[in-house]
Amino acid sequence: MAMNIKLFAEAQFTRLGEATLALGESIRSGVEDFADAFLFLVLIARETFSRDFEWREFMHQCFQIGYKSLPLVSITGAIMGLVLTIQSRPVLVDFGAETMLPGMVAVSLIREMGPVITALICAGKIGSGMGAELGSMRVTEQIDAMEVSSTNPVRFLVVTRVLAAMLMIPLLTLYADALGIIGSWAGANIKGEVGFFLFISQAFSVVDFMDLIPAVLKTFFFGAVIGIVGCYKGYHAGRGTESVGIAANSAVVLASLLVIIIDMVAVQITDMLAS
Amino acid sequence: MSNLTSSKMEKDKQPKTHDGPVIEVKNLNKAFGKLKVLSGFTLELKQGENLVVLGKSGSGKSVLIKCIARLLEHDSGSIHVLGEDVATLDRKALNLIRQKVGFLFQSGALYDSMTVRENLMFPLTRIRKEMTPEEMEAKILEVLENVGLASAIDKMPSELSGGMRKRISLARTIVVDPLIMLYDEPTTGLDPVTSDEISSLILDVQKKYRTSSIIITHDLKCALKVADRILMLNEGKVHMVGTPKEFEASKDELVASFFN
Repeated sequence: MAMNIKLFAEAQFTRLGEATLALGESIRSGVEDFADAFLFLVLIARETFSRDFEWREFMHQCFQIGYKSLPLVSITGAIMGLVLTIQSRPVLVDFGAETMLPGMVAVSLIREMGPVITALICAGKIGSGMGAELGSMRVTEQIDAMEVSSTNPVRFLVVTRVLAAMLMIPLLTLYADALGIIGSWAGANIKGEVGFFLFISQAFSVVDFMDLIPAVLKTFFFGAVIGIVGCYKGYHAGRGTESVGIAANSAVVLASLLVIIIDMVAVQITDMLAS
Repeated sequence: MSNLTSSKMEKDKQPKTHDGPVIEVKNLNKAFGKLKVLSGFTLELKQGENLVVLGKSGSGKSVLIKCIARLLEHDSGSIHVLGEDVATLDRKALNLIRQKVGFLFQSGALYDSMTVRENLMFPLTRIRKEMTPEEMEAKILEVLENVGLASAIDKMPSELSGGMRKRISLARTIVVDPLIMLYDEPTTGLDPVTSDEISSLILDVQKKYRTSSIIITHDLKCALKVADRILMLNEGKVHMVGTPKEFEASKDELVASFFN
């Protein structure tokens, strides 16, 4: 009996010890990841203001991120406006407030749906693209090759992508907003007849300049987060080909999550400033 | 230990000769966690020689040349390249040393998104800033002709075979006229004929560009063809150093297991 108790106690202490070690390892790994991410941010900040800015690569990335996302953002923006109109119209008709439809759709699109949906679409397309591209460059030693060619890979690969995302995502958002309003006009014309210019003037009669500023400002942060997370995950990918998929996947998940969190914070700040 | 600054190095950007060994590695230690890869490793690369580093897979050969190019930081010991301790160099000074050291990667490491011309233009525009675009174009054509692939100038890396990728990668490395070449498994994954062609190219590069080279390989045929000296690496330490003839005549068990 005493022997059994001793064995049981030994087993429990062993399990407790193993659990403590595992917890310690998790904490250590978490702290290391955090330190890595912080150092990466410092590197980006330092290289952004370096004299030898890679303008050509920056323009190339603007083209890749901005121009090549246009078809996806166009379809998403137009459908967003169309669906919002079709869904809202019956309720507004019930309350006899059908004339408020253009304004309501415009405010919803400009303040919230346009920036967030565009950012989430870009997190999927651009964030995963950056994660996969840089991850595969890491695996195939292309980043090392850049390093031995006296080229700073952070300056060439990361800074250009992050800045291009910060510039292009606000522009894509404004473009998606515009197409959303056009889609909304198309939706309003399914069960009625509204002139295009009348619809637009009604829409913008409700929209305030102060609706636009916070909405555009937060898209800069969305762009920064998508660029930084995509590049960080790709740049720090492991050595095997499997890590390329992991980098792309985790870039999308983390960037999307951060977009939602930033949006929540931005809404709180805007609300506080408005009241 | 010299603490070289970039401003000092700017003054003599392109020394063509260097007295003493061009690379000197002393008592080098490198570990990944608890795994010791190099322990007390020592090496000297003389001017103009081809030194082959032989060893089993996972013996730390690639880690060694990555430490020399400072793609990996070593734990202790010293690495002098052209007389400068690479561990003490700031980024600018390190870049100036790297401009004199060509690195041929095992995978070729060609930039997938660029054509062959752009791949070769990339280091040229960054290292040989004094050259005009016409001179750069002429230089690119010259090195591509030297590796026998001038016709591939507008191809993408995905259109090239394994052997062609290695040749283009070699062209990209020699286009900036390095003084030292580091070859990481140059013949791995290639058929015997292409491997032999790459080995011949290594010899051509040595003669034509007067380079000193470290060639990491476990391809014996390549080693015997290109080596002036061979160094055998085992368990992170130097097992034997000698000429190819000394290695062939050696009765040492590990050496014999490689050569037979």
